[in-house]
Amino acid sequence: MSESVKRTFAVFVEDKPGVLNRVASLFRRRSFNIDSLNVGATHEAGVSRMTIVCDADENKAKRIEANLYKMVNVLWVDDITHKQSINRVLALIKVNCSRDQRAEILRICEVFRARAIDMSPERVTIEITGPQEKVEGLVSVLKPFGILELVQTGTVAMTRGVEKHSRAHPTVPASRHSAA
Amino acid sequence: MKETLVTPANPKLKNRIGETLSGSQIIWEALVREGVEVCFGYPGGAIMPAYDAMVEYPIHHVLTRHEQGASHMADGYARASGKVGCCIATSGPGATNLVTGIATAMLDSIPMVCITGQVPSHLIGSDAFQETDITGCTIPITKHNYLVTRPEQIAPTIREAFYIARSGRPGPVLVDITKDAQQQSCVFEWSDGEIVLPGYRPDYAPLADQIEDAVELIRTAKRPIIFAGHGVMKAEATEALENFVEKTNIPVACTLLGLGGFPATHPRNLGMMGMHGETWVNKAIQDADLIIAVGMRFDDRVTGNLKTYAPTAKKIHIELDPAEINKNVHADVPIVGDAREVLEELMPHVGDCDRADWLAYIDEIKGDSAVRDIKNLPDLGKLYAAHVIHDLYRFTEGKALVVTDVGQHQMWEAQYYKHDYPRKLLTSGGLGTMGFALPAAIGAKFAEPGESVWVICGDGGFQMTQAELSTCAQEGIKVNVAIINNGFLGMVRQWQEFFYGGRYVATPMLSPDFVKIAEAHGLTGIRVEKRSEVEAAVRKAEATKGTVVIDFRVEQEDSVYPMVPAGATLGDMIQRPSKPGTHEHNPIFETGEDE
Repeated sequence: MSESVKRTFAVFVEDKPGVLNRVASLFRRRSFNIDSLNVGATHEAGVSRMTIVCDADENKAKRIEANLYKMVNVLWVDDITHKQSINRVLALIKVNCSRDQRAEILRICEVFRARAIDMSPERVTIEITGPQEKVEGLVSVLKPFGILELVQTGTVAMTRGVEKHSRAHPTVPASRHSAA
Repeated sequence: MKETLVTPANPKLKNRIGETLSGSQIIWEALVREGVEVCFGYPGGAIMPAYDAMVEYPIHHVLTRHEQGASHMADGYARASGKVGCCIATSGPGATNLVTGIATAMLDSIPMVCITGQVPSHLIGSDAFQETDITGCTIPITKHNYLVTRPEQIAPTIREAFYIARSGRPGPVLVDITKDAQQQSCVFEWSDGEIVLPGYRPDYAPLADQIEDAVELIRTAKRPIIFAGHGVMKAEATEALENFVEKTNIPVACTLLGLGGFPATHPRNLGMMGMHGETWVNKAIQDADLIIAVGMRFDDRVTGNLKTYAPTAKKIHIELDPAEINKNVHADVPIVGDAREVLEELMPHVGDCDRADWLAYIDEIKGDSAVRDIKNLPDLGKLYAAHVIHDLYRFTEGKALVVTDVGQHQMWEAQYYKHDYPRKLLTSGGLGTMGFALPAAIGAKFAEPGESVWVICGDGGFQMTQAELSTCAQEGIKVNVAIINNGFLGMVRQWQEFFYGGRYVATPMLSPDFVKIAEAHGLTGIRVEKRSEVEAAVRKAEATKGTVVIDFRVEQEDSVYPMVPAGATLGDMIQRPSKPGTHEHNPIFETGEDE
């Protein structure tokens, strides 16, 4: 049995009422623990894309995939964990910032390629996008200043290169092809 | 299972395509076009418009006494006929009462469509009278479900619902229709064209390399065993399996729901596996070097402890649902596909084989660990459940369509009533739903009016849904009900005896006089207390016109043997403790001779 790792699934679903509920219900019912789930529209009408991050070993990952495929509204599932991919979260961080701390905080933002997007006499709000680890890095550096508020999205992910996802996907669950 | 997309022609249906119809009319138009002839249900506020329109259509409605009965009846209808069962209920409590029956159908992959009324769409979310989010409730226990709020959605949704329910791995589909959608009108349109569901894949075909790998494993196996599950029946693969077995001489073990999928009296049929399976079957599984699992899902009641399960066997898993592959048991060769197609593809590639050593070995362990021979039992004047069921088997010549409830009698039925044909044993295997038997039998009788339908149930389960006797009386239909009445919730009592220090907490059960209950419904009741009375009672029941209830007063503290305790190793079974005559509670001893 392989090790449990953080897995990322790109899940294409029909944009219909209740689909998020169905997918979330599936994960809960089968005791698959969701780390983060992000859903939004795609460039294709009627198709939404979810990025689901969860802990699973190879066998569990295949079962997650097969169970997702069982849902009538799920069009295509891509386990991109081991594919070359771009993973991003977006975070907004509001920190204490006195006048004489401003320069330092803005320097920190530069290092992390984050942006100050709002400022008041005593605080600054920073926007950062990047992999989860980068966001965590910025948060740890900002902590000493006093974080007042933090909000972040779940991961959104996309494979690199020119692969195009079309609507009629011939793909079927991996468990059909091979034993885990 | 090949899907036909042609609408069943019903000559009684006028062609009203293109006319303006109400949503209610469209519901019945769609149901009739999907082949529904009988619909089990219970009216109420939010479904009243649909009921009002029903009278125009050639559908027989069966008024149940509880919506749970309606869902079990639709389930029983589907199991007996192989067609899609249909039930209908109102919103709120009507819909939630269906839930147990829906979950039962889900766990046993039964094709069923449930129509529920919903409060008017503008009231959804307002906690209106009799409002329940039934689509939300049933997401985990349906194959799919729908909320319909507009009349023009009704026909295509019902069509999709039937298609999803019966195709691929079947299952229940719920269609919740708001009252305003039933009341409003639109132009009725119906298409017989292909249903396009871009995300739905019911039709996996086996892959060539998997077939090759399987053939290789079968060729080299010395001690192979075939598992026949429910999928054999669903794929109508009985004949294909028989041909395969004739050629390969591989013995067959059945799951509970697989009983009848392969003839019980076939010389290669070993019997049932699992918790209350036959000892030699479980031993053979533990000793096998190859398991060919056909249309089954390695339920925990079948495997016992997974860590010690069939340790020397490679596994070929033939299953239509990819999500079942490697769920419980690692498959060395998974073959995702329809059981019949896969068996037929394998057929030309497997060789004739006699397997004398392996079959002789199984005969040997069968001899050692004993076949129950209840023919030679001493009649101690008492009545034993196994006797009753075995006698039922004999006097009905194994031809009855038997519907069981859940518990001890269910296991005894599986052990003592030998089913040679598919769809002759209906039982709630996956969910284990008490109260299933009587309503499911009513559904089965509607599906197969020519069959002799027998309910075998306990005193506990019977009382859960005994109100459906009224339905039998009102509909004038005949089922025979054998209540194995031991005054206990028998299986729970057995577990208390084995695993809870014999503390019989909440299992002794006082029941009403079932003979009088039958008579109160205008039906026939018979009480049987001695084995010598069994035959006459069974014959009388068969000869009587209406529904007959037989109250078999059996030994109270009898247990089902052999037994693999939950989570124990499969081969490690509790055997019946004593020989006849030495312990009067345990008269059913095991000898080396089957009949």
